[in-house]
Amino acid sequence: MKVLAAMSGGVDSAVAAARAVDAGHDVVGVHLALSRMPGTLRTGSRGCCTIEDSMDARRVCDALGIPFYVWDFSDRFKEDVVDDFIEEYANGRTPNPCMRCNEKIKFAALLEKAVALGFDAVCTGHYAKVVEDAEGNRELHRAADWAKDQSYVLGVLTHEQLRHSLFPLAETPTKAEVRAEAAERGLAISQKPDSHDICFIPDGDTRGWLEERIELEEGQIRDTEGEVLGTHRGARAFTVGQRKGLSIGRPAADGKPRFVLEIRPKTNEVVVGPRELLAVDEIRGTRESWAGEPVEQARAFYAADAAPGARSEPFEVMAQVRAHADPVPATAHLEHGEVDGAPALELVVQLRESLSGVAPGQTLVIYQGTRVLGQATIHRAYSLDRPDVHA
Amino acid sequence: MQRVYLDHAATAPVSRAALEATTEQLRRGGNPSSLHSAGRSARSVVEEARERVAAAVGADPAEVIFTSGGTEADNLAIKGMFWSRNAEADRPRVIVSAVEHHAVADPAEWLARRQGARLERLPVDDAGRVDPADLARLLAGGADDVALVSVMWANNEVGTVQPVPELAAIAAAAGVPFHTDAVQSLGAVPLDFRGSGATTMALSGHKIGAPMGVGVLVATRTAPLEALIHGGGQEREVRSGTIDAPAIAGFGAAIREAAGDLAAESERIRLLRDRLVAGMAEAVPDAVLRGPADLGPASRLPGNAHFTFPGCEGDSLLFLLDMAGVQSSTGSACNAGVPRPSDVLLAMGVGEAEARGAQRFTLGHASTAADVERLLEVIPAAYAQARGAGMADHAPSARWA
Repeated sequence: MKVLAAMSGGVDSAVAAARAVDAGHDVVGVHLALSRMPGTLRTGSRGCCTIEDSMDARRVCDALGIPFYVWDFSDRFKEDVVDDFIEEYANGRTPNPCMRCNEKIKFAALLEKAVALGFDAVCTGHYAKVVEDAEGNRELHRAADWAKDQSYVLGVLTHEQLRHSLFPLAETPTKAEVRAEAAERGLAISQKPDSHDICFIPDGDTRGWLEERIELEEGQIRDTEGEVLGTHRGARAFTVGQRKGLSIGRPAADGKPRFVLEIRPKTNEVVVGPRELLAVDEIRGTRESWAGEPVEQARAFYAADAAPGARSEPFEVMAQVRAHADPVPATAHLEHGEVDGAPALELVVQLRESLSGVAPGQTLVIYQGTRVLGQATIHRAYSLDRPDVHA
Repeated sequence: MQRVYLDHAATAPVSRAALEATTEQLRRGGNPSSLHSAGRSARSVVEEARERVAAAVGADPAEVIFTSGGTEADNLAIKGMFWSRNAEADRPRVIVSAVEHHAVADPAEWLARRQGARLERLPVDDAGRVDPADLARLLAGGADDVALVSVMWANNEVGTVQPVPELAAIAAAAGVPFHTDAVQSLGAVPLDFRGSGATTMALSGHKIGAPMGVGVLVATRTAPLEALIHGGGQEREVRSGTIDAPAIAGFGAAIREAAGDLAAESERIRLLRDRLVAGMAEAVPDAVLRGPADLGPASRLPGNAHFTFPGCEGDSLLFLLDMAGVQSSTGSACNAGVPRPSDVLLAMGVGEAEARGAQRFTLGHASTAADVERLLEVIPAAYAQARGAGMADHAPSARWA
């Protein structure tokens, strides 16, 4: 196979590329230039996009004896990931830019260009597994090591994208082993630190970064009864579940800390309350996609007439709302519902164990066992006991 | 795989004579500034090379200042003249063409950013050529406040030969020193420093078969130059640092060869390039030749062919050609290998989308007819595929949505 190895300059993508070479594929390494103004050297927690990272990727390719190129996706990255991130926050939501990058850049723009240029697959250092059934249908599964598993951020991949994806780290038990393998292969980056934060916010100060880019207006902090407790610097800079940065003069009657329960961008209000009220047991998402064949109940629903309010048969899932959160058992269905007064197809999950800090904009990924079924973007999450308070 | 090298503007293969001269001096050793016999021997090698460079470009040996390369020579001219001229009087204006190499454009921009210079750019026409009347206009209202003018001898991307003697004469008449970056012209077209009327002229060794890391600033005896690098006072006290005798020996050998058969060789290369341009019109009728349509050596470098390929990314085309064994360039300056649309093409009025589809093919001494035929053989399929990949990096697509 002709394989394009997407190389960040980190150890995972380096070992993934090396394994693709070992597997006998014809591999070309490509580093994505995503920043308009690449810094020369690494600073802070920044994990990719510097010239130093590009050079690390280049040196790995030299060691593997494969060609290396830098492809410039900075325009697309700015539009589809950075601007989207700002806009989502400005609308009171909490986006996941890494998923957006996977959805729009790595497995879309890059994959599309790769296929057009004659590659069969794009190989990355993600910890996830692609499984093919007897009919050639592809499924996305969790990696062997659940601690490192990154199937959540790949939940946006469609069947067509999975057909062109290669994840050579699927079966690796631990990250330590990947590092050991990199060292054994003589790759200089074997001990390079992992990247954690958002790559385009070098110092990791997401709030400060956003405040420079979003117009903030002072507004009111209310409790769930509507009583005004204080003022804030701008509702858009908050995230559901946040505790820090709430300067409320009066302590709560019970003396317990208060958390952001809801952001109302239209009225510029932040609703706060005790931790218990963060718990939600029903989540609604839109823009659903399936990582492979949709489940039977979904297929039947898609085939049926789209009557308003119509629901699919329910199906059992495990629901996960953050990259490193534990999944919880839930019952899911599809529904022809309504979002902001317009008809919309919703993926609805009823959780059997409640979750806290679920924010609109986050991605709901649903699993069956180790298999990723698909995902949707959360637009509402609430407790069935108090549907009036919703994130 | 048969490998074809069509990127001589980036660097040329080291010539056998240069390789021998360099390795011989490496073996022999000696610091050209030492007073003993080893020093004298090294100095003799350096001076012989200096004389050859001078002879090849119509200058006196005393006018040849060895540097670490073309970029340093350009920096020395731009910053060194700006500083020297401003030490005499307040002269904030710096006039450069809109199509200069970064080695000139960036120091000029730096002077504007950090040293109070006022940068003025000479526009170019759609072939990339500066109109001398524009310079005359800029200087007509008084030139006492102009530090220097810089216009390259010929452009590195599209090969446009500039009217340097006319421009230099206009500058001279206004009493303003004139620098020209002749890095791409050396060994390609005749260079006559004295006849050009320029004050300074930058050259680079590795474009003509010398090793990398050696260049020259040709500077008249009265050129106003402040040093960039201070130290032992070598090279007329404007370029301190131990003189790199082995590399300079290689430069001397390479330039002697290049000057010796310049007329015949540049004609041979021009014919190959003409075949490339004619062949491209058949192989890829959509390709648009950029730069002067007149392919004669008075208007365009003989080894330069530059096209924009509609609807595709230059780096996609480069990749596919590279995979097919043909090595070319997108022609634009690279920052960490990140291609951006060329400032030169934009200055020529080419749209940003079109500029992204640029590909430069440059021929040199190592080029053969077979190289050109190989390019023409692989380019149609490469172009079709690159166009299929489209502008994915810059325009959203619904394919995977």
